[in-house]
Amino acid sequence: MAARGGAAARPASAAGNKTCQFKLVLLGESAVGKSSLVLRFVKGQFHEYQESTIGAAFLTQTVCLDEATVKFEIWDTAGQERYHSLAPMYYRGAQAAIVVYDITNQESFQKAKNWASPNIVMALAGNKADMANKRAVDYEEAQAYAEDNGLLFMETSAKTSMNVTDVFMAIAKKLPLGAGPEPARDTVDPSQSTQRASGGSCCK
Amino acid sequence: MDEEYDAIILGTGLKECIISGMLSVSGKKVLHMDRNNYYGGDSASLTPLEQLFEKFHGPNAKPAPEMGRGRDWNVDLIPKFLMANGSMVKLLIHTGVTRYLEFKSIEGSYVLKGGKIYKVPADEMEALATSLMGMFEKRRFKKFLVWCQQFDVNNTETWNGLDPHNSTMQQVYEKFGLDENTADFTGHALALYRNDEYKNQPFMPTVEKVRLYSDSLARYGKSPYLYPLYGLGELPQGFARLSAIYGGTYMLDKKVDNIVYEGGKAIGVKCGDEIVKGKQIYCDPSYATDKVKKTGQVIRAICLLNHPVPNTNDAQSCQIIIPQKQVGRHYDIYISCVSNTNMASPKGWFIAMVSTTVETTSPETEILPGLQLLGPITEKFVTVSDVFEPVDLGTESQVFISKSYDPTSHFETTCKDVLEVYERGTTTPFDFTKITHLSLEEQE
Repeated sequence: MAARGGAAARPASAAGNKTCQFKLVLLGESAVGKSSLVLRFVKGQFHEYQESTIGAAFLTQTVCLDEATVKFEIWDTAGQERYHSLAPMYYRGAQAAIVVYDITNQESFQKAKNWASPNIVMALAGNKADMANKRAVDYEEAQAYAEDNGLLFMETSAKTSMNVTDVFMAIAKKLPLGAGPEPARDTVDPSQSTQRASGGSCCK
Repeated sequence: MDEEYDAIILGTGLKECIISGMLSVSGKKVLHMDRNNYYGGDSASLTPLEQLFEKFHGPNAKPAPEMGRGRDWNVDLIPKFLMANGSMVKLLIHTGVTRYLEFKSIEGSYVLKGGKIYKVPADEMEALATSLMGMFEKRRFKKFLVWCQQFDVNNTETWNGLDPHNSTMQQVYEKFGLDENTADFTGHALALYRNDEYKNQPFMPTVEKVRLYSDSLARYGKSPYLYPLYGLGELPQGFARLSAIYGGTYMLDKKVDNIVYEGGKAIGVKCGDEIVKGKQIYCDPSYATDKVKKTGQVIRAICLLNHPVPNTNDAQSCQIIIPQKQVGRHYDIYISCVSNTNMASPKGWFIAMVSTTVETTSPETEILPGLQLLGPITEKFVTVSDVFEPVDLGTESQVFISKSYDPTSHFETTCKDVLEVYERGTTTPFDFTKITHLSLEEQE
């Protein structure tokens, strides 16, 4: 359903652990491997010649922390970043973002810097780390930039799955799991036959 | 760009975005461009507030400090609500675009009668209590509503002696003994007709409209209308995302000079020095001014208020209909109001829009009866827009043009136009079973 604020309350998991849902968006230039990262994380798959994004509305995947289960609702750009035409709707209500660049492409790193936003949990991911022989972006330089701007940082490889789950896990740990519910917004879901109000924030 | 596209779509207004989504879903290779650097064209919600001031009052115009943070405002240029059981909602559900959006019910629906604002009764209790009509008239009206609900064109027993092929709506009113006030109320506040032409036409479309109103009302109770959080501009963005998910390419802020023809048939679009090739062009009237004709004018006044609309029980969102006869006009005047509850404005601020079809040479005077109902207006932005429609069906030129947005208060005609344009372009009606990403996700 439309849990746009990432905000719909979910039933607690069987373990009696609470489940928190968050909207996570992927940012970064075309062809840096955004969709591949998600596919690896969500489905454990990798396709060498992954087509430009033609896919799902969004994918979901959960990670389990000690105190809660975090359910990510992951939004891919659907290619709308190619000509700088991402819609404001894409970012709206996002509580986390992964800015992806390609370590073999210096320009993709420079452009990644434009995305930093202070209000949400962000990670910088230097993808295609398996292609270190063609490296064009220094690990230290990217790490220093991330530190200066309060971003999590990892080099990842969707191909070998290096650090893929880790980067999502690191984000999960930084999210405000204890935050109380936002006031109910009384929204309705037109796709449901009976009225239902979608409640406030993540954890209940 | 040496590629050739199956369709080039110009303008990211709601209609073009829905068409784009439908074409991409059907496997067409789509390029979608807009001259603006934002989505939505005329159906955008302007944000921040500074953008609205600059658009109407010039580059140096600034909102007053007490209007709060500019980005807390999302101001629609064209006022409309979604009928909860109407075609737009169905389209949103079938395409899965609902999942990008959140909706709220509009709190109240009102109608003006004899200079006074009345709540349109939302259920039987309210209907019995309303002072809109007298005791005996209420009973007759109730009988009429029951007949509307039960009417089945395939079952003559439900006709009650009224033949859907021959009887007019006027004859239905007479048959049920409804007086002129009730007829006015039915035609304008329930069936949402903007003038009285329907009375002399067969009654079936009116019965369907009354049913749409009651069915929509029944879904959430307060009013038949839904409205997306953050404004109507979310709708085109949602359908654009659908198109992109199915491979559509998006380019905003793109200078589009003109459509290029060869032997009367469009072959592409000229953008600066380059020509982008496309087999078909779909666009709004502003991208093909030589292929449209003006059919009328609409006036819309966006009013920023620091209070709810008076006499609406402090409704945070509402609609008020001023039936034409109440103010001696041919067309109704509509007022729509949204606020912070809809994420359209900061707390304490309200956006009211007064709109109607232009009938005289001084349109601003025409909307005065609406403006007078609003109480003090902090800021007002008025537009008079021409309404265009295409001069032909586009069969020869392969240029398929949508109509301008009309002054109806909902999206029923918008959806109708979209489905018609799609069918003209592809020669087949849209096949909703082509949408597969919904079931893909179910499998997760």
